Amino acid sequence: MIAGRLTIEDRLAIEDLYAAYVAALDERRYDDWLALFTEDCSYRLVSRENYERGLELSLLAFESKGMLQDRIFGIRETLFHEPYYQRHLIANFVFTPDDGAIAVQANYVVIRTKPAQPSEVYNTGRSRDRIVPTPDGFRFAERVCVFDSELILNSLIYPI
Amino acid sequence: MLVLEPTIDLQWPPDDWSRIPYAIYTDPAIYAREMERFFYRDHWCYVGLAAEIPNPGDFKRSAVGERSVILTRDRDGAIHVVENRCAHRGVQFCQENFGNRKTLVCPYHQWSYDLKGNLIGLPYRKGVKQGDRVNGGMPEDFQLAEFGLEKLNVQVYNGVVFASFDFGLPPVESFLGPEIRRFYERIFDGRELVVHGYSRQRIPGNWKLMQENIKDPYHPGLLHTWFVTFGLWRADMKSTLYVDERGRHAAMTGARTEGAKSEITEGVTSFKEKMQLNDDRVLDIVFEPWWQGLTATLLTIFPSVIIQQQVNSLSTRHIVPRGPDAFDFVWTHFGFADDTPEMKRRRLRQANLFGPAGYVSADDGEVIEFSQRGFRQHEGRSTVVELDGRGTGGADHTVTETLIRSMYRYYREVMEV
Repeated sequence: MIAGRLTIEDRLAIEDLYAAYVAALDERRYDDWLALFTEDCSYRLVSRENYERGLELSLLAFESKGMLQDRIFGIRETLFHEPYYQRHLIANFVFTPDDGAIAVQANYVVIRTKPAQPSEVYNTGRSRDRIVPTPDGFRFAERVCVFDSELILNSLIYPI
Repeated sequence: MLVLEPTIDLQWPPDDWSRIPYAIYTDPAIYAREMERFFYRDHWCYVGLAAEIPNPGDFKRSAVGERSVILTRDRDGAIHVVENRCAHRGVQFCQENFGNRKTLVCPYHQWSYDLKGNLIGLPYRKGVKQGDRVNGGMPEDFQLAEFGLEKLNVQVYNGVVFASFDFGLPPVESFLGPEIRRFYERIFDGRELVVHGYSRQRIPGNWKLMQENIKDPYHPGLLHTWFVTFGLWRADMKSTLYVDERGRHAAMTGARTEGAKSEITEGVTSFKEKMQLNDDRVLDIVFEPWWQGLTATLLTIFPSVIIQQQVNSLSTRHIVPRGPDAFDFVWTHFGFADDTPEMKRRRLRQANLFGPAGYVSADDGEVIEFSQRGFRQHEGRSTVVELDGRGTGGADHTVTETLIRSMYRYYREVMEV
């Protein structure tokens, strides 16, 4: 990154970061997913209703990499649930350099497929993230997924 | 009056609450009777918190049973609840969850109503002039007063709004009964409330299963590993269960024990002794004086709402039935106006445990879905509810299904099944 300007290479590298992110989640490689965050990261999954009305409740709200790790433990060991596949599609990136970081917005759709069930649109919305350059490449410092979906289809176990 | 008879014989032995026929979770005629007898008469139903509509003109869309209703606050500050259905052509005209209006207007023919639900005007009432004649118009004897929105009976009880289509009800205080009221007023003592947000989920199971889930202290220490590990709910915790006189409402109350391995956790396959949090701020529990020593109180107010205090997390959970096989579950998380910023943050952090993605409630929705699948696959079978005997009433421990039996004692009386 040169003095607040984003090069083509930066954009491609950030798109690669998102590709790695969705591949890790869709393939349930949660440790690989975790590695894409900074140590002092935050993650929020919040309904559009709460977000637009300035209400602070999130569906998931993690304030550190440790909390993300705890969620992974919950998924693997404690949360009883019917397993399902996730398939993320992310598009329409908007990149805005912001004080050494890059604000990235994008639309997303997550399709859920449960065992022996047809696929269904599970969660859809727009992410509003902050990406920072690190010695290991670009990483998520902040990820906020604001979902349109007015009803969660019963439960939500895995991160978006 | 139309009397609906069940389409199948339940073969439910009289005075037995230890068996519950699957059919009551799946049969459309039973479901229709439940809507009529539980949601549309004789019961107060939860519709929201007064704090959700703080200003004159504010409205909130909610529901009583399957019927969409609107809560409004009028210019004098009074709260009204009207059915979301235009008196003219039956249009469910309000399509927003929240908003602020001076009047309620149906888009189809612009019939307009004031915030109390009175019809205040409609286009072409006196007809339309064409040259020297007047075409159409309402009949001479048409009275605006006869065509308001359907108004509901309303009581705001310490900040919570209850409504009913039935105007012959005793006050909410007597509906709850003295013991349940005591726990209700422990949370809602008239303090000013602040809403922190909503979670909405659709659970593919019968609505009663959620009432039963929160009347069931057997499962939390088994299904919810989190509770066991951190001592928020264990089979050996000090716990008292209360039920109202008629068996319909209940309070499960308990005090946290320190999490550790003990003989209680032996044999509980879900127990993870070595589980440690990397960031334990989600369990940054601070005792509040109004708890009176209880770290958990779960109130099931039949048929429409659950009121939860789990350590510092507070929420109402509204049950909106959607046919025998599904219900919407709307969580409203709240705190108190005099909470410090730290307490507000703590309540929001602990919300990670609850709701559709919560560590100790996402799995409730999952098992309810699986129960419904089981009920659907074998007509004529029953569930077994025999833990701690076959009787009803309260208890001073958690190893019991007495609250579910109590609910079905009441259910059978009202449903005449």
